[in-house]
Amino acid sequence: MITIKSERELELMREAGGLTARVLDMLEAEIAPGMTTLRLDELAEQFIRDHHAVPSFLNYVPKGEVGVTPYPATLCVSINEEVVHGVPSAKRIIREGEIVSVDCGVYKSGYHGDAARTFIIGTVSPEVRQLVDATRECLYLGIAQAVAGNRLHDISAAIEEHARSFGYSVIENMVGHGIGSELHEDPAVPNYGRRHTGVRLRAGMTLAIEPMIALGRSRRAVSKRGAWVAVTEDGKHSAHFEHTIAIRDGAAEILTK
Amino acid sequence: MAKEESIEIEGEILEALPNAQFRVKLENGLEVLAHVSGKIRMHYIRILPGDKVKVQISPYDLSKGRITYRYK
Repeated sequence: MITIKSERELELMREAGGLTARVLDMLEAEIAPGMTTLRLDELAEQFIRDHHAVPSFLNYVPKGEVGVTPYPATLCVSINEEVVHGVPSAKRIIREGEIVSVDCGVYKSGYHGDAARTFIIGTVSPEVRQLVDATRECLYLGIAQAVAGNRLHDISAAIEEHARSFGYSVIENMVGHGIGSELHEDPAVPNYGRRHTGVRLRAGMTLAIEPMIALGRSRRAVSKRGAWVAVTEDGKHSAHFEHTIAIRDGAAEILTK
Repeated sequence: MAKEESIEIEGEILEALPNAQFRVKLENGLEVLAHVSGKIRMHYIRILPGDKVKVQISPYDLSKGRITYRYK
């Protein structure tokens, strides 16, 4: 079931989304080679709690799943070939020349905000830099299609077409999602698909759009049994950008701004 | 946080078990325990050992699945 949010609800989501973006701004300023990913997590959790909110991901269990370890951290920090859901660790030190995808969710006044950015640490090969830039472009091309009256997969197709134009692969088993009072709501927002298909977008829908794009040809992000982190099948780098948006008549509103 | 979608894969029925469950050998060689989706039950689609089927597998427990389609 896809929920349509009222203006009052959107106001609260703007607040949660805004705080999510502030967390990422703060992390962008703090992140440096030599830091552990756990340190990033501590900074984020402190920042969120100082602002009278709660990390959305902490203890998160995907709906309808049993026997899954609840997510143990505030952030997902996924480095290089890690696509998503990298669990912060005191042992993982961020190094020069890596790309670090940081995904953050904030729960405030009953609503969630969810956003992610991939940070480049120091200098990376032109190939990897282009991947990161193209993935960011994919996100904004997707958002440009998120207009009331369009269909859901218009967003997906825009992302896929841009990624394919560089010869990148789209991770297909990880998708964006509706968002609101639950972190994961309907519909699933895949990063591949055909135009003019899927549900029709209506003003008041709120979506987390999140292209996960990889060098190489991995179409899936795979996890070891019982582990959260999902990596590309061929070990090639992957980038990830995400915004929570609200569908409007006319251009979408980015709530995690 | 990205949502994980269940994976669909094809397989062959090895054995019919009680409670409309089946042991299915997947094309990747794994064996899973699978039950039949409601839609297949509604339409009284019979599934017998040897049939080719489509199975949805939850990424969180790769040993169990859900049969969503029987190929002719």
